[in-house]
Amino acid sequence: MSASPGLDAGDREAASKGPSIPAFRVARSKRMHVYVLIASVIIVGVLASVPLWSQLSTSSNLITLFELVVLAQMWNLLGGFAGLVSVGQQAYIGIGAYGLWLLADEFHVHPFIALAGAATLAALVALPIAPLLFRLRGGYFAIGTWVFAEIMRIIVSNIQATGGGSGTTIMSVASIPFKTRIHGTYWIGLAAAVGSILIVYFLLRSKIGLGLTAIRDNELAAQSSGVNLFRSKLIVFVIAAFGCGAMGAVLGLQLLFIQPASSFSVNWTAFAIFMVVIGGFGSIEGPLIGALIFFVLQQTLSQQGSTYVLLLGAIAVVMATVAPRGIWGWVVARWDLHLFPVRRGLVMESPPERAGPAAPSEAAAASDAS
Amino acid sequence: MSVLELRDVNVFYGDFQALFSLSLTIEEGQTFAVIGANGAGKSTMLKTVAGVLRPRSGHVLFEGETVDHVSAHDRVSMGISLVPEGRRVFPSLTVEENLLIGAYRGREGDWDLESVYELFPLLKPLSKRQSASLSGGEQQALAIGRALMSNPRLVLLDEVSLGLAPVVIKRIYEAMEELPGRGTTILVVEQDVQHVLTVADHVACFLEGRISLQGTPGELSPDDITAAYFGI
Amino acid sequence: MNWVNIVLQGILLGGLYALFAVGLALVFGVMRMVNLAHGDLGILAAFIALALVQSAHLPLLWASLLTIALMFGIGYVLQRGLLNFTLGSDDTRPIVVTFGLSIIIQNGLLLGFSADSRGLDAGAIENASIHISNQLAIGWYPLLVFIAAVAVIAALQLFLNRTKLGRAFRATSDDREAAELMGIDNRHIYALAMAVALVTVSIGGIALAIRTTFDPSTGPFNLIFAFEAVIMGGMGSVWGTLLGGIVLGVAQVLGAQVFGAGWGILCGHAVFLLVLALRPSGFFARTVTT
Repeated sequence: MSASPGLDAGDREAASKGPSIPAFRVARSKRMHVYVLIASVIIVGVLASVPLWSQLSTSSNLITLFELVVLAQMWNLLGGFAGLVSVGQQAYIGIGAYGLWLLADEFHVHPFIALAGAATLAALVALPIAPLLFRLRGGYFAIGTWVFAEIMRIIVSNIQATGGGSGTTIMSVASIPFKTRIHGTYWIGLAAAVGSILIVYFLLRSKIGLGLTAIRDNELAAQSSGVNLFRSKLIVFVIAAFGCGAMGAVLGLQLLFIQPASSFSVNWTAFAIFMVVIGGFGSIEGPLIGALIFFVLQQTLSQQGSTYVLLLGAIAVVMATVAPRGIWGWVVARWDLHLFPVRRGLVMESPPERAGPAAPSEAAAASDAS
Repeated sequence: MSVLELRDVNVFYGDFQALFSLSLTIEEGQTFAVIGANGAGKSTMLKTVAGVLRPRSGHVLFEGETVDHVSAHDRVSMGISLVPEGRRVFPSLTVEENLLIGAYRGREGDWDLESVYELFPLLKPLSKRQSASLSGGEQQALAIGRALMSNPRLVLLDEVSLGLAPVVIKRIYEAMEELPGRGTTILVVEQDVQHVLTVADHVACFLEGRISLQGTPGELSPDDITAAYFGI
Repeated sequence: MNWVNIVLQGILLGGLYALFAVGLALVFGVMRMVNLAHGDLGILAAFIALALVQSAHLPLLWASLLTIALMFGIGYVLQRGLLNFTLGSDDTRPIVVTFGLSIIIQNGLLLGFSADSRGLDAGAIENASIHISNQLAIGWYPLLVFIAAVAVIAALQLFLNRTKLGRAFRATSDDREAAELMGIDNRHIYALAMAVALVTVSIGGIALAIRTTFDPSTGPFNLIFAFEAVIMGGMGSVWGTLLGGIVLGVAQVLGAQVFGAGWGILCGHAVFLLVLALRPSGFFARTVTT
């Protein structure tokens, strides 16, 4: 796969005629990425088959993993790639959950289909709120997202129809036969998790993605280069809301019973931050690793008490202070490994003029944007 | 014992090397000028002396003592004061407050508000004004006065004439001439060769991180200087 | 219903919010950091005071003074020992770390004190009121808190404008590199700023604890109110946080009166969003950019 904007054969030839500039092309993928792609397809295939041959409890547990992957990817999209640290994504998780209830119970849409509507609802709510929040920067932006989550929580808690503060059972989901519900939710969850990764991946490969990296590194410079700051941030914010809304809807399918205190709980942000801090900011691989680690922790420790959350917080604080790049960041620093071909690099067409190895070399000379 | 000595100093910005085994000695009471084109490493050298940058290797000695591990703010106590590039006066503070901040470390000496106002009379009527509203020349005078308030043994001046009208530059250099009389050693970095040569008793020319020429203004001809400046 | 009475209540409540807000604004002003654990630290102070009163049997005044002194130390060590290392060009780290801190404090308090609601007992003054006229009465306690807020803000403003250290704070806020060149040790200044901020938020936390009940999860609410007061008051202005607090307090109290008890806070949020939409720089924006 090559993309060499503006460089035609004539330029390249001229370039290679000079004394020391070897012919090159700008490309994103290396051979390794093809292997990664094949491996990913196999993994997803295996995962998709799980409900067919394993116990219901396994499928049920894995749904949580899928939710975590979505949450981690969306939070990282905002905070790791766009530099918008949100501590209020729970607003959209809650909207997703209650949106599911609204569409399924009140409007009698089949729950599995209502999920898409719930996620869309979250995105629609995010649309007008984003411009307001963007007037705030940095830490104040973060608190602003928290305020909005609080607003949503209060509103939902005070509406009788939703069951108020005590919560409600999503009856139309409850009426689905147990096995069908678990399997259906499982596949939807898997689709959401894979979807979240793909959305982030394609977004980053697009022009918006390049603009995002520029914004994250230096907003002023990016703006003067013509990057439309506002539009890029808005798109990312709305997508993140959509993703979290989808996650919230899956949560509703999984749990049946939803409550403002838990759907809109700031603990979701705590989990997201933990996953991304441990796994690594600003990459796709990082949050994936973080989600896996967190999921395993949850399954093996199975405590949800204060000690557990306190420990999570402490680990996150230490990691963020001492090793801000996370586990994947360490991997990248050590081996320069990138599983997802997002960054552009230089691929040499032929070996350099001076004596060197006979095989054509691929040089990844992408500027280090992180 | 010299006031300042740089011994084989190598300074890097990340992977980029800005100073190459730089060695320089400045004696007490001298007005030492460093000239050179943009990017030659002059400001880098000043920042290394001030402690804002640390050399990767080599030593900076102030009055015989190595100060490599002394932080920038502690070097002020020792008697080093930098007038940074771009003036960098504190915009929300008044002129007087800017000057008072210069005396933060409370070093003993002749310089106080009165004597600074004597040196730069233009500042006195502006004393209660917010420094953000001052003109470039006024800010430069303020920045120099502020540095003097710390009663330094060594004053470092980074491109004080940048962006200023000739008349203003002249006044600033006139003020500079009074300083050696008070026992202050001056290390001044400039792109504007003309003015600085009128006050300097020693000159070094930097080119791409190295000294290309050194001597007194009397010994060096304009052609020598031009050649050293541009690396011809 | 006597509207003047209600508005007065709101104004006095604004004093309490200002106590929470001023520390947040100070820390942001000096080191451009937003401390997401700010509210929790205020509640921590309330719990420390409570422990001193209950376990050490200290009178409330002494317990409070001791707590405030302790929080000064905690603030200094916290900034110098941890938060200074998160500052840099990357905006996201301090947010993540202070959020983690918030989690740690809340859950630590839960473990130490349980989730029960508590209150600090200040005696008769809590319920005494001044009757200004037949229809107008304000509580002694809210008035005291308001006066305390004004005193704290005035003291802080005086400190910033008239003292050498205060000048150093302002210089560091303007240009921290140039401040280093003046001999000002940034790490020390930042730590002092955090220490002062925690003193103010402790006063707020204790004031809150006397006025109403509190528990380990109260912190984030105080953070949000402090934040709203700061944004509405205009960042960079210490007196502005008082005005912002008053606007918030009045909005909440009026909202509760008009729409019902559960909606008061929401009304405050709504007014905040309105101010954000219409006047993003708040009421008192600093004209000199830092």
